[in-house]
Amino acid sequence: MKRYSDLEYLRLSKGEKFQYKLTSFFAAIPRKLWGLVLAIGRFFKNIGTGIARECTDVFLTFKNGDWKTRLSFLVMGFGSIARGQVLRGLLFLIFEVVFIWFMLIPSGGAFWLKQLMPFGQGRDEALNCVTIGTEGPSKGYDEILDTFIQVPHDNSFRILLYGVLTLFFIIAFIYTWRANVKQNKIAEQILRSGKPLKSGKDDLRSMVDDNFHKTLLALPLTGILLFTVMPIVFMILVAFTNYNGANNNGYTNALFGWVGWDNFKTMFSWDVGGVNYAATFGEILTWTLIWAFFATFTNYFLGIFVAMMINKKGIQFKKVWRTILILTIAIPQFISLLYVSKMFSLNGIVNGALKSLGLIKENIDFWGSTAHNALLPRVMVILINIWIGIPYLMLIATGILMNIPADLYESSRIDGASGWKQFSKITLPYMLFITGPYLLTSFTGNMNNFNVIYLLTGGAPTNPAASGAAGSVGYTDLLITWLFKITTGSGTKYYLASVVGILVFLVVAIISLVVYNLLPSVKNEEDFQ
Amino acid sequence: MNTNNTAAIEKQKRGLGLKASARISNTIIYIILVIMSIIWLIPFVCIVLQSFRCESTWIESYVIPQKWGFDNYKALWNSDFPRWYLNTFIIALVVSAVQTIIVLCMSYTLSRFRFKMRKGLMQFMLILGMFPGMLAMIILYRVLDDLHLTGQYGNAVPGLILVYVASSGMGYYVSKGFFDTIPKSLDEAARVDGANRAQVLNKIILPLAKPIVIYTVLTAFMGPWGDFVFARYVSQMYPQAMNVAVGLQSWLATTTMVHDNYTLFCAGGVVVAIPVAILFMCLQRYYVEGVTGGAVKG
Repeated sequence: MKRYSDLEYLRLSKGEKFQYKLTSFFAAIPRKLWGLVLAIGRFFKNIGTGIARECTDVFLTFKNGDWKTRLSFLVMGFGSIARGQVLRGLLFLIFEVVFIWFMLIPSGGAFWLKQLMPFGQGRDEALNCVTIGTEGPSKGYDEILDTFIQVPHDNSFRILLYGVLTLFFIIAFIYTWRANVKQNKIAEQILRSGKPLKSGKDDLRSMVDDNFHKTLLALPLTGILLFTVMPIVFMILVAFTNYNGANNNGYTNALFGWVGWDNFKTMFSWDVGGVNYAATFGEILTWTLIWAFFATFTNYFLGIFVAMMINKKGIQFKKVWRTILILTIAIPQFISLLYVSKMFSLNGIVNGALKSLGLIKENIDFWGSTAHNALLPRVMVILINIWIGIPYLMLIATGILMNIPADLYESSRIDGASGWKQFSKITLPYMLFITGPYLLTSFTGNMNNFNVIYLLTGGAPTNPAASGAAGSVGYTDLLITWLFKITTGSGTKYYLASVVGILVFLVVAIISLVVYNLLPSVKNEEDFQ
Repeated sequence: MNTNNTAAIEKQKRGLGLKASARISNTIIYIILVIMSIIWLIPFVCIVLQSFRCESTWIESYVIPQKWGFDNYKALWNSDFPRWYLNTFIIALVVSAVQTIIVLCMSYTLSRFRFKMRKGLMQFMLILGMFPGMLAMIILYRVLDDLHLTGQYGNAVPGLILVYVASSGMGYYVSKGFFDTIPKSLDEAARVDGANRAQVLNKIILPLAKPIVIYTVLTAFMGPWGDFVFARYVSQMYPQAMNVAVGLQSWLATTTMVHDNYTLFCAGGVVVAIPVAILFMCLQRYYVEGVTGGAVKG
């Protein structure tokens, strides 16, 4: 691609400028992607050097430390207690005791880890894979009930879950152990320089002062770690197993095992037992992107338009218009979505009204449930999403429009700019600049907009081309609603769901990174300030 | 004198012209706004009207009921609906209290403190947020099932509260943006006077942060009323464990269900919407502040 200097660029005509911008935008994408790869490489290199540095530091602490420090390597907190910092030392010690106790009790950490490790475990010959756990549930005779009941043995789900938890716990232990070693080193240094050590009282006081941030973050981060990070790690692992999530009184029906990259291969192959997963996935992804594009930009521009109309000088009852629109935010979305979906049904109000006005003779099949028509339902969800989305954008745009300096308009009017010129040269660039990051998040948010799609159409009308694929795929299904369908109802396939989830993450991450780096508000932050 | 006069006349003419064109464009805008208002209000008017319809329970193509009455509301009282309402109300109360505390802790810390892991933590949470929340949910639901906190054990409320609250620290963006706008010199002045960090938060920042506290409480309270996905998983479709969203959706799940329950759904929707909408309208000033502030900061 030819690059222009600033002077050459200014000489281009409007169309050429636009074309140049567009081509340079797309030409920059490979470079950005390559930059991403490099950044990931750098990230792992940093981790490597970090670990090496920590290891040498631990080694040096042991070599140069006194006997109290050296003993702390084995009995955590010993050094702190021996030096008079009883509170700290006790906490370290208690943590170590709890950790060892957890690892060694029957059905504790060691038990789960041993079963999780994929060496010398049971094999499932039919699936040709290493199972998690060795013995699945079996039929056993219950003498009291005089009937056959299910006897649980190993439970792959629990083994994987508690195995992951144990791994997290081990990492936490290593981190605490490292902190304990560091404590000893610092205490030695302080004592050598002749200063007194902090007492337990000082430690408590620092919890609401110097270390207040740790106190504040403890609860939220524990929640995020246990309820977001842990499940995501678990689901990423599930993508490499054949866990289907079949549920039988809380026990899985059978063991499941590691299948490697098979699930990803399934998702990208043209023919798996007569189902074309690659085409299904491609179709849903395409519609997801189209939907996200239209849902974001129609709302955005119409929202700005409505905000400008309401805020125009001389328009009365501004508060009334705004309140009417805000009503859609105030009423829980699921009510309005479900109701609107029924309004447009075959025998619903809209068809009734159109008929009595004499505009139509036959009922219009808005949701395509009988016609298997893809286009009309797709247009309908985008239109109804405008109804849902304009009020938000109206609020946001109103806030920003009021912040545009009035003298910009004043001076442009003196220079003879028309209303349209003002909009395209002042209002829109200003809005785009400020709301760039918001546009990006709302695009990715729309990609995962479960409620609007599921409550309006439930993914319908069904797509006959994808009938064999997991979940009943429809024309308005997004990836996220597909994921939901795969994991509910009968015939759940958790392993496919987690593959879909990982792919959604990859798509969102790539779009975010590429666009974010090209945003003007990131590139030249000073422009409008 | 003469030139002055013509200039004045010219000015008057232009003024008139401007006024006339402004009047036309304003009229067009009024027409658009009125049409929009009608479109935006129609569904809400219709749902209220249909909730009073007594002659049939299914979808009809007309709006005005032929026979008015409170039959649907009476039937609502005798269905599972009060249980759903109570479930949702308890969840919303607890969640709005705990979530506010967690979000404020998180956002205040990230806005005010500069510690070693701060940047990394924020980037990590950004990346974490790119995973679809449902992915974590389908496994959490199995864990909750293992802990006997799901619908088949009769009560999904504690499990749902746990799920909503635990990850709420991720939604710190809006209130962090607010804390960023409170000048740091206030903190420093208080610190010089001998206050510790906790006292700065309690005595200086929190009183100033009233709008964002109300915003957080409001959104946290509204969230559970509208949540469908998580409640759908955790309730396992056991009626006594549902919240209003899952329950009302289950009334419209199949064609036969719609046939029996459509007007009942309308009545339920009205009963849910009115208190929530009134609360929202009373506090909308704070909501608008939060939304506009959050979007501008990205």
